[in-house]
Order: sequence, then structure tokens, then C-alpha cells
Amino acid sequence: MIVDWLIQAGLVALYLFLAVVIGLLFMGIARKVTARVQNRVGPPVYQNFLDVGKLLAKKTNIKHNWIFDFAPLFALAGVLLALAYLPMGGYKMLSGEGDLILLLYIMAIPALGFALGAGASANPNAGVGVMRALMLMLSYEMPFLLVLLALMIFYNTASLSTLLEKQMSFAWGIVALPISALAADLALQGMMMEKPFDIPIAPHEIASGPLVEFGGKYLGMLMLYSAGSIVLETTLFVDLFLGGGVVLNPAHYGIIAYVVNYLVWFVFIFIVWMIAVLINAVFPRFRIEQAFKFYWKWPTVIAILGLIQAYIMSVFMGVVP
Amino acid sequence: MNENPLPSVIPDKEWKKIQRMLSKRSLWMIHFCTGCGAMEMPPVMTSRYDMERFGIIPMATPRQADLMLVTGYVATKTLKRIVRVYEQMQDPKYVIAFGSCPINGGIYWDSYNIIKRLDKYIPVDLYIAGCMPRPEAVMDAFLKLMKDIDEGKANGWMRYRKYYDQYKRNQMRIFKRWDE
Repeated sequence: MIVDWLIQAGLVALYLFLAVVIGLLFMGIARKVTARVQNRVGPPVYQNFLDVGKLLAKKTNIKHNWIFDFAPLFALAGVLLALAYLPMGGYKMLSGEGDLILLLYIMAIPALGFALGAGASANPNAGVGVMRALMLMLSYEMPFLLVLLALMIFYNTASLSTLLEKQMSFAWGIVALPISALAADLALQGMMMEKPFDIPIAPHEIASGPLVEFGGKYLGMLMLYSAGSIVLETTLFVDLFLGGGVVLNPAHYGIIAYVVNYLVWFVFIFIVWMIAVLINAVFPRFRIEQAFKFYWKWPTVIAILGLIQAYIMSVFMGVVP
Repeated sequence: MNENPLPSVIPDKEWKKIQRMLSKRSLWMIHFCTGCGAMEMPPVMTSRYDMERFGIIPMATPRQADLMLVTGYVATKTLKRIVRVYEQMQDPKYVIAFGSCPINGGIYWDSYNIIKRLDKYIPVDLYIAGCMPRPEAVMDAFLKLMKDIDEGKANGWMRYRKYYDQYKRNQMRIFKRWDE
């Protein structure tokens, strides 16, 4: 009983640790790829590990109030909790009925913690950044919720584990609902705050926005948080549309299935991340109202088309996965 | 007037070697662009002399930065801002002074509102001579600073803590008051 529980806790810790490590590695790869696109040499891919190590080793002498001290922990814990709800390579840590809807709420926690700390620092740049971040969230959530609705109608479930099973037995979301997948990828770009939509953390306009007062150990924690959130967001897309990387059924193949699925999942999130990075490398930045208009126009229209497609397929054509 | 503590190796704990090893490989930089030295920074950052290969990236705020570049002459009004930026940075922090103006005043040596030696007011870890230093010189300075950090010689932030009173005394001789 207690041994089972310990093994379970150890596995969850391992998965979360690996997620953060993969996130840091992805940030390093993104810097290298961006550098190569811009005809530079670029830092080594392990640069972000050095950065986090340096930041956590720095003396930190910033005093605002206890909410400010609490916020990086809040953000990191929130992102780890959200990661625990996402199946990574088909391994479910926490799950239950309707966890797709629950996940939407949990994913707001890290952003909220981030906003709390930025607001507590009482820096005007941070205030502007937080306001922009909330506005951006409002804009990309609209197409993203429509996409989730299409998935829920088509696969007739609000549970991520059931969704993965149905995708494995029937067809991946990107094959069944390609229009929704396109809208979700557009929303993902804003969710990850990559280049056309890096409005909240624009370093040249508002001095890196909500991060403006964070330094030293606080910034190290926030870097771990952003590493986790990269994995969180790419995994969300992979779980929704690419079957979570589940190619072998764990019921038949046992431990080998988990290892193979993990590797396939890694390749898939890498591809999703690379798409975002390559868009990031060549685009300038939108203003916030342009981003808002863009999201409520094109991705929303595409998502509505995807919703119509899902509805027609499941109700009129009787395609039931 | 000119009592400046000499740069020397201040003894440090043995395990701080790891910290120095990490911090030399990821120097985050804030460039305090006074004067013409700011013009030399874009070539250093962009694809010709890409400083990101050493892990040096420009940062937006002093809170996040480890390395401050003072890129040119320092007016008495600017000095206060430089000191404030320097004090907002988190330890360990390093300063590079650009060009001949922060060394001895340069062409402003007899100007009424330009300070002559930056080292009297905040500790400078490395000077780059020249008017202006070319990007090659800047890259060379970065490599030299990384070497110094590794050997424990770049300890301006420790000097600032140790001789805080003397630095403050020198600063107050210029400022008269802090709140203007």
C-alpha cells in the first residue's frame, strides 16, 4: 500500500522533473535555432541550464512584500500541478472525469501567480505587462475554447485519458479535425507568447513587462516556470491532436510501451515547439489591439468552421469514434 | 580625494568556484548607453560578432542583469543614475567601462560637468581603452572579463560592499543631495 504510493509519488516527481529539464533544453534549442535563422552562431543548447544555475546561485536583495516573494513559488507550483494533469507520453498522473475542463482552470493558476507577483511589485511597466497578458489571454481563449468544444463534441468526452484512448483506437485529432488543429496551433502561438504575440513581455517597450522587478533567485524560479509552461502548452496540443504520442498500447506492451510513447511524445512536442520557434524567429511584434483583432477574427472563424465540421461529422454523418 | 581601494583578490569561499563558473558563462548585460559607445553595441549583439555565443544577452532591467556597460562619458547628472542602476543589480555584478572617457575624462577632461574617473564612484572591473573601442575590442573585453571572473579577480562588487563608505563619500562629493 505505502510502497505503491511511494512508487507512484516517485514516478510523478520523475515525470515533472523531466518535464522541466526538457523545457530548459527546449529553450536552449530555441535560442540556437533562432540564432541560426538570424545567421549567428548562437549559444550552446545547454545555455539555459547555466542561466538557471547562475540565477539560483545569485544573492537576491529585492524587497517588496510577501506576495512578491510568494509569486514565483505560486507560478512554479501552478505549472507543475497543471503538468501533473496532462498525460505525458500516455502516462496519467492525476486524472478524472472532465479533466479537460478542469485543466483550463488549472492552467490559469500559474499565470495568475505571475500576475500577482508583478502587481505586488508596483512597477508601472509590470502593471502594463500584466494588463496586456490578461488581454492576450482573453483573445486566444476564444478560439481555443471553440476548438475544445469541437473535440468534445466529436470524441464525445471531456476526459483527457478517454480522449487519448479514442484517438488511439479511431484517428488522431489532426486527421479527423484538421481545421480545428490549425486554429489550436494559432492559439498556441499566443499561449506560449512567441513572437507575433510576445506583447506582455516585450523587452524593448515595457522592459520585459511582468518580469521587470524580478531578479536573482526569483527570476530563476520564473525561468523554471516558463520551462515548465513550454512543455505544458506543447503537450496540451499533442494530447489534443496528436494522440499524446501514444503509439503502443500500454495494456499489451507494458513498460516498453511507456518508454516508446515517451520518446514519440518528445518528438511530437519538439515538432510543435519548432513550428512556434520558427514563426518566432522571423516575425515582428503585434500591438495588443492588433493581436486581439487577429484572434477574434481569423482563428475564431477557423475554429467555428472546425466546430461545424465536427458537428456535421458526428451528428449528420454518424461518425462515432 | 583620490583614495581609491586597489583591486586585489579578496578571499572567497572555495565552493564559490561553482558560482563563478556558472556566472561567467551567462553574463546578462545591461548597457547604460551614455555617449557614443552605444553605437558599438549593435554590431556586437548581431550576427557579425554575435556575443550570444558566450551566453551574453542584453537584459531590459538592472534587476535581471549581472554586467553593466557604461558606454562613454559620465556627466554628473548621469552618475547618479548609474549608481542607482548599479545598486539595483543583484550580486555578483560586474562593470565594464567603455572608451577613454570613464578612464580619465577623455576629451572632456576639463569639462565642468563630466566626472573623470568612474572608478572613484563605482567599482569598475574592466576598462576598454580607445575612442571608440571597436567591436573586436569589446568582444576581447568580454573574454577577459570571463577569465577574470573565473580566477576570482573580478571582485568589484565585493569591493563595493567592503569600502561602501568610501565610495559613498566620493559620490556625495558630486551629488550634494540624492533626491533631485
